[in-house]
Amino acid sequence: MEKVVEMKKVEQNQPENYINKVTFRDKLREYKKHPKSLVIMILVMLSAVFAVGILLFLMIYILANGIPHLTAEQFEWKYTPENQSMMPAIINTLTMTVLTLLIAVPVGIFAAVYLVEYAKRGNKLVKIIRVTTETLSGIPSIVYGLFGFLLFNMQLGWQYAMLGGIITLAIMILPLIIRTTEEALLAVPDSYREGSYGLGAGKMRTVFRIILPAAIPGIMSGVILAIGRIVGESAALIYTSGTFRSTPSGIWDSSATLTVHMYVQSNEGLHVNQAFASGVILLALTFLINLASDLIERHIQKKKG
Amino acid sequence: MQKAKEKIMHALFLICACVSILAVVVICVYLFGTGIPAMADVGFFKFLFGTEWRPAVDSWGIFPMIIGSILVTGIAILIGVPIGVLCAVFMSFYCPKKLYKFVKPAINLLAGIPSIVYGFFGVMVLVPFIRNVFGGSGKSLLTAGILLGIMILPTIIKTTEASLNAVPTSYYEGSLALGATHERSVFFAALPAAKSGILAAIILGIGRAIGETMAVVMVAGNQAILPESITSGVRTLTSNVILEMGYADEHKQSILVATAVVLFVFILIINLCFSVLKRRKD
Repeated sequence: MEKVVEMKKVEQNQPENYINKVTFRDKLREYKKHPKSLVIMILVMLSAVFAVGILLFLMIYILANGIPHLTAEQFEWKYTPENQSMMPAIINTLTMTVLTLLIAVPVGIFAAVYLVEYAKRGNKLVKIIRVTTETLSGIPSIVYGLFGFLLFNMQLGWQYAMLGGIITLAIMILPLIIRTTEEALLAVPDSYREGSYGLGAGKMRTVFRIILPAAIPGIMSGVILAIGRIVGESAALIYTSGTFRSTPSGIWDSSATLTVHMYVQSNEGLHVNQAFASGVILLALTFLINLASDLIERHIQKKKG
Repeated sequence: MQKAKEKIMHALFLICACVSILAVVVICVYLFGTGIPAMADVGFFKFLFGTEWRPAVDSWGIFPMIIGSILVTGIAILIGVPIGVLCAVFMSFYCPKKLYKFVKPAINLLAGIPSIVYGFFGVMVLVPFIRNVFGGSGKSLLTAGILLGIMILPTIIKTTEASLNAVPTSYYEGSLALGATHERSVFFAALPAAKSGILAAIILGIGRAIGETMAVVMVAGNQAILPESITSGVRTLTSNVILEMGYADEHKQSILVATAVVLFVFILIINLCFSVLKRRKD
């Protein structure tokens, strides 16, 4: 792929080089000779148009129907059935995201540090950890939700509590954090480690002062992906942290996030307009999260090259 | 002193690394510990192959849900895979660089949209569309399949594109040099070389489709019977859990956990396929 890009650059720099140039007319002539190729080309184009088109359609549809219904009363501090305020849900989403990250990020980073920096090659334990993280990342969110419900709500008797949802989500995003951190750590050149040891630093100091700081952009991109998953999650939360949304709540209270709020609204079928408005906020959040992850990705690429 | 600190940190890292093992063990213990006895209580055969789900008369057959999950996933794959693979081909062999800067973030955004938004979109747009075209209520097997097909697009596109980009350019160039057209070179030289990557994409797509809950529950109709046609409503394993959990007594809860166990086993099989595939590639 790199090579293709390079070749294109060369072509652009030397317009006098006509030898390998295919003009539009050449292409047409070729397609005339090979009608099957033309059909395939059209199918490829149609698929691309469909994929991008469906996104544009969805976004425009939600935005066009939702923005007119974004009223001030939907951002009132307290939810009532009349104002359908999403403010408590937004605040719950924020607290939940922050607390989930507080649990999952340190654990995930430390786990990755162990896997990359400490574990010896061919270690049996590492293999088991790999298999279990892969398993965790494949489990559907409803299964997490059911597990959280059984353990926290029933067994531990927490009822519907935000904390149950937080721990459930933390387990859910753990594999994501571990994997991205691992990749980031592996990308740190060995010369950093050797230099640090050469200057007499111990292993711990090398990890915290040299390796982790160098891996921060990579770790950040993982964290942002995790934020996206937390904000977008609903199935794992309905039966763990519940659907109560009257006021922003503490960690022992039932608390609906924005996605759950939107689910309840669209399920009732009475507040479709307000559900559109919630959709607008969710889309905006998704957009911002993607933007942030793009920026970090670009930063990493720049550093590399 | 320093040595002790090092040791403590080493232990801490090790403990954190073991959290994922602990999590899997606890999840398995809870799910299988509750689900298997419940299944045995109903009778394994009766539970898995019984076609009657009527909690009121203590009849718990989840066969319609198993079939529902498989059918919905099948339709999603039929729709998502061809479009996804062709779109990946577009991105890696056709797309001008300037357009790529727009298409790539668009696909990422498609991946990031919460499933509840997809579900809502399905209810508002897809359901009326299907109702107008095919009649019926519009909430059907087909609707859920189409919506899931759209939802797995980004997974398939991203994985396929990555594997296409990993194919050496010389394959494509060699084919061109032999006089094949651009399309022939892409589809008969580059694409077959990315076969295992595409297979991985399909497996990931199946995993995503079979595990999806919220979007499906909103558009599938949720009748717990074997679907008669493509436009009749279905209930999947995931929707069964989310629909009935709200007002379930302890016995029913354990039955629902058993439903999740069946789903979990499906996912484990899919994961196994995936890792076997990955190992073969390495």
